[in-house]
Amino acid sequence: MLSIKNLHAKIEDNQILNGLNLEVRPGEVHAIMGPNGSGKSTLASVLAGREEFEVTDGTVDYLGKNLLELDPEERAREGIFLAFQYPVEIPGVSTINFMKTAVNQVREARGQEPLDAVSFLGVMKEKMKLVEIDQSLLNRSLNEGFSGGEKKRNEIFQMAMLEPKLAILDETDSGLDIDALRIVANGVNKLRNKNNSIIVVTHYQRLLEYIVPDFVHVLYKGKIVKSGTKELALELEAKGYDWIKDEVALA
Amino acid sequence: MSKDNQVLEEITSKEYEHGWTSNIEMESAPKGLNEDIVRFISAKKNEPDWLLEWRLKAYRHWTTMKEPKWPNVTYPEINYQDVIYYAAPKQKAKPKSLEEVDPELLKTFEKLGISLTEQKRLTGIAVDAVLDSVSVATTFKEKLGELGIIFCSFSEAVQEHPELVKKYLGSVVPMNDNYFAALNSAVFSDGSFCYIPKGVRCPMELSTYFRINAANTGQFERTLIVADEGSYVSYLEGCTAPQRDENQLHAAVVEIYAMKDAHVKYSTVQNWYPGDKDGKGGIYNFVTKRALCAGNHSKVSWTQVETGSSITWKYPSCILKGDYSSGEFYSVAVTNNYQQADTGTKMIHIGKHTKSRIVSKGISAGRSQNSYRGQVHVLKRAESARNFSQCDSLLMGDQCGAHTFPYIDVENNSAKVEHEATTSKIGEDQIFYCLQRGIDEESAVALIVNGYAKEVLNQLPMEFAVEAQKLLALTLEGSVG
Ligand SMILES: Nc1ncnc2c1ncn2[C@@H]1O[C@H](COP(=O)(O)OP(=O)(O)OP(=O)(O)O)[C@@H](O)[C@H]1O
Ligand SMILES: [Mg+2]
Repeated sequence: MLSIKNLHAKIEDNQILNGLNLEVRPGEVHAIMGPNGSGKSTLASVLAGREEFEVTDGTVDYLGKNLLELDPEERAREGIFLAFQYPVEIPGVSTINFMKTAVNQVREARGQEPLDAVSFLGVMKEKMKLVEIDQSLLNRSLNEGFSGGEKKRNEIFQMAMLEPKLAILDETDSGLDIDALRIVANGVNKLRNKNNSIIVVTHYQRLLEYIVPDFVHVLYKGKIVKSGTKELALELEAKGYDWIKDEVALA
Repeated sequence: MSKDNQVLEEITSKEYEHGWTSNIEMESAPKGLNEDIVRFISAKKNEPDWLLEWRLKAYRHWTTMKEPKWPNVTYPEINYQDVIYYAAPKQKAKPKSLEEVDPELLKTFEKLGISLTEQKRLTGIAVDAVLDSVSVATTFKEKLGELGIIFCSFSEAVQEHPELVKKYLGSVVPMNDNYFAALNSAVFSDGSFCYIPKGVRCPMELSTYFRINAANTGQFERTLIVADEGSYVSYLEGCTAPQRDENQLHAAVVEIYAMKDAHVKYSTVQNWYPGDKDGKGGIYNFVTKRALCAGNHSKVSWTQVETGSSITWKYPSCILKGDYSSGEFYSVAVTNNYQQADTGTKMIHIGKHTKSRIVSKGISAGRSQNSYRGQVHVLKRAESARNFSQCDSLLMGDQCGAHTFPYIDVENNSAKVEHEATTSKIGEDQIFYCLQRGIDEESAVALIVNGYAKEVLNQLPMEFAVEAQKLLALTLEGSVG
């Protein structure tokens, strides 16, 4: 599905990713943890194609394609979805209208007929149930005045609508109350299947109790410095990052 | 090629959609302006003496006036002697019905998406189509006539309803009001006239479509709308012009007279040729639009979507004379490349408990300059007047400018006047968010801009709102990157 080799990326003069390697196969869920500022969101942005970040070395192969050559909208149409750490507000544009535009452009790119209003609404109702989101929220301007939790839930709703092959969830759990966390995690689990993959960026092992990962990685100073199974997350929760930083310093 | 360059390439190759010309045999006045030209126009129209006198008075007044220099726009000196003041499609005799109209003319409007054949029109919109200086055809006349509604070309109104024209012409915009209004009063050649009788609710949208075709020709049309007591009408104006290298002058006047309890909604989608990407050519649009809310509880709303013209100078205004009368102004003005717009409104509160609301959304891209200029004047006797103004500017790129000039003048202490203004930039973050969902950049800009302008677009009649949305997107195509 996704194969990242020796990825280096910088923004302006700041080198952020320093030789990152990651292999994600279909059906797998990978969790990425790591201290603040280690480069997790940067990795997500680079994968989504944000132009401010310049890739200086390395390769990214996605479903047999050179991902780095694709424009951001092409990546989205090829099935990459990023749930933003900080979702953006677009005044005057309802989530419904926004999603209708997105879904139909993605369909068009895939050579499918656009959904008419009725079938779109049908799909929407179904996905709304999945993430237990209220239509009144979707009628409002996108993310404008949404609470932190509403924004995150809206991201997962969009994910459900777009049915991505590779979803990257950047701290989708932060700002969620306990019920919302469970709802969002349930939503993600329902979208999980043997053909698609998920990268979950999180600071808390709590989320990983709901979305059980196949692998856990620690990103530090722009590199994956440790990988393991879900037990690693528990260990991190208990011990913090210092022991890993020490290991890296010794190496 | 980098993505930015590609996008740039796309706009520069993008042409103004309505830039073509039609091959129609024309009859025109010689270049230049003097009393003889004024007489020539009046004679062509077979006008009564009082109207000729009115024109001459306006002309003489105009010669004593100076072009206004206060708008925030710059352009080379206009040589008023180098303009043709009258051009009309040559037609053998005045067509009595649509079947007699030159098919080439009908085709011209057909091409603009304006069907003048009534059977073909699905929706209830009556159109008065004006090409260069004259009205070509007006649809649905008989049907409206049954309700006593008069909707015809201005020339026809002069012949058929002289008493109404004489009574209301210049009653809202006096012939000596300002430089361009005086010029218009002297040489106006046609336009639309509309009268809605007492208590009648006009069952369809009335619309005038203006098209400049001839070269070197100024267009000076005049629209007069009289809404009698308790009547309602929604009026729409659209306009386009061919793409030409030289600038063309357009100086129109619109007067609205609203009596007691009357409600007039006037919407404009202005799409005159804006000039090319280097600022060459385009229409100079100097327009005076004013409504008089003469009667108590009368109401006038102006809605405008301004996308075209190289220079726009335009302030649709309301004189709120009747007690409890109200005026609204909703505007989206987009400028791109080298366009300059200085537009806004005036709300003059004279009556008691008068209300006004101003919502202005400026969008500037390229190297354009976009100014909002608005005046709210509450006179001494306007007890309990209220105004709310919201002026927002959206910038795309860093070479354009947005300016706001609010003038607030309150002479009565009971007045409540609120003014809010914001300036924002279209965010890279917003665009990236859209791209990440699979939406391409052009659509992303369109989505964001239409969201920003939503409050104004919502005021437009449904099908024109859709058209206006497309137009906004088209005007801004490629301006991010
Ligand atoms: N536009 C930018 N200009 C300069 N530095 C930047 C920019 N964006 C990110 N950085 C820096 O890159 C580093 C990595 O940031 P990133 O957002 O990827 O961290 P993160 O691992 O997601 O952190 P967190 O856990 O706090 O979300 C940080 O030091 C950050 O300050
Ligand atoms: Mg982050």
